[in-house]
Amino acid sequence: MKHLLLGMAVVLIISGCGIEPWVKPYERANLADPIMSFDRDPSATSYINHVHESRELSRGAESGQGGGCGCN
Amino acid sequence: MALKVVKVVVVAVINTLRKHLVKPLAKQLAKRRIKQTSHFQWGLLAVGVLGFCVPLMAAVLPEDRADILFHSYDGGGLTVNGPSLLARKQVGKSLSVWGKYYVDSLTSATIDVVSSASEYTEERIEQSVGFDFLHDKSTISLGYTNSAENDFVANTYNFGISHSMFGDLTTVSLGFTVGLDDVSSSVDPNLNESAERFKYRLNLSQVITKNMLMSATFETVTDEGFLESPYRRVRFLDPSDASGVGYQSEEYPETRTSHALAVNALYYLPYRAAVKIETRVFTDTWGINAAMYELGYTHPWRKHWIFEVKYRAYTQDQAEFYNDMFNGIDEFIYRARDKELSSLNTTSIGLGASYEFGSKSWRFIDRGSVNLMYDRYQIDYQNFRNETAVGFTPGTEPLYSQTADIVRFFVSVWY
Repeated sequence: MKHLLLGMAVVLIISGCGIEPWVKPYERANLADPIMSFDRDPSATSYINHVHESRELSRGAESGQGGGCGCN
Repeated sequence: MALKVVKVVVVAVINTLRKHLVKPLAKQLAKRRIKQTSHFQWGLLAVGVLGFCVPLMAAVLPEDRADILFHSYDGGGLTVNGPSLLARKQVGKSLSVWGKYYVDSLTSATIDVVSSASEYTEERIEQSVGFDFLHDKSTISLGYTNSAENDFVANTYNFGISHSMFGDLTTVSLGFTVGLDDVSSSVDPNLNESAERFKYRLNLSQVITKNMLMSATFETVTDEGFLESPYRRVRFLDPSDASGVGYQSEEYPETRTSHALAVNALYYLPYRAAVKIETRVFTDTWGINAAMYELGYTHPWRKHWIFEVKYRAYTQDQAEFYNDMFNGIDEFIYRARDKELSSLNTTSIGLGASYEFGSKSWRFIDRGSVNLMYDRYQIDYQNFRNETAVGFTPGTEPLYSQTADIVRFFVSVWY
């Protein structure tokens, strides 16, 4: 397993050095638009994540962070 | 049906990942030592060397920004509202500091409360500080959060590192969080318990095409300590009582480990609008499996307006030790009747509108926005019955459901 991972890392490192970005910087105007953000408004996202986490048992892999309970 | 098929497939993927990747990693992290030739180190080595090999554009710090938000939740006998303030400011070229102040003012007459006690009010105050430090293509983040209410104090410490590579097409982020909770009770002065929480997060964000972004996040959370509510009770059949029902306190396992995998995608449409798809699957050691998906559409209108609409659906199985009605006292060592541990389905529909204003000629503010978001949130419990319904034999009451209205109103400024 270690050898496999080592081999994968070496291949990635070598190939990584030669990768050319397939979306050029001058082609990223659409991606830079604010509507193309996964978390455009952090306060609003954090709050709605807290609402869901208080009433649903799944947790983790959301975009917001928080602590405490505040639930019932 | 489609959701169930997706859930089964992705839960199988998660179980495989857990067996071959997460368990060894969690074991190593739990022991607080990482062997020299561990997979974890090879991963870090690969990420690190890649960063030095590839000619990259510099990553950037988050924008200087402040938000003031008023939130409101009203449903199921529970109202929660309050303000939230968030401000972020860059200091020098490499450092961005932020602070947050958040309040939940809560009035509760939920079905849990009215069936065993009387309405109550309380307040939770959450305060956070943190910073992001940018060095070349990497950003290091540290954060601290204190959350305090009259019977619950949580201190949370966050550490994160993210690295941009392949000409900024790929960003890899690692996160680690430690949470320390102190639990007390307003009815039992002798109760003084604690819990520890550890979170491990790996995120990969990828530019797919000039119109599409994707993001995948895997997060493992482990809890250890006092995890139940000090107030909530389970009910059981009790022939010796005239009502036929007896009550005793809940008893949860003292450990819980969960894994969540989220895959999100954003697509830019030809006429300046965006479609967002979010999916998440979840499994934990309490036997809870869950799946969520969300579809969103964002549509700018003219120069200043942005409108949003979204639909979200979530389903979960119940915890193994949950029961709406136990057959007798002490039937099992672990027992719960928290409705959130029941199998349940939720759906929500959300609408949002933002108006952007401002000008570069303003002295202190570059621009700002006024935002209003509304969500209609429906929860249908599949094994939690409405104990307050009259005319029914205990254990045969109708299933409980609730609907909530969620409002977020906020003003944001960039400076």
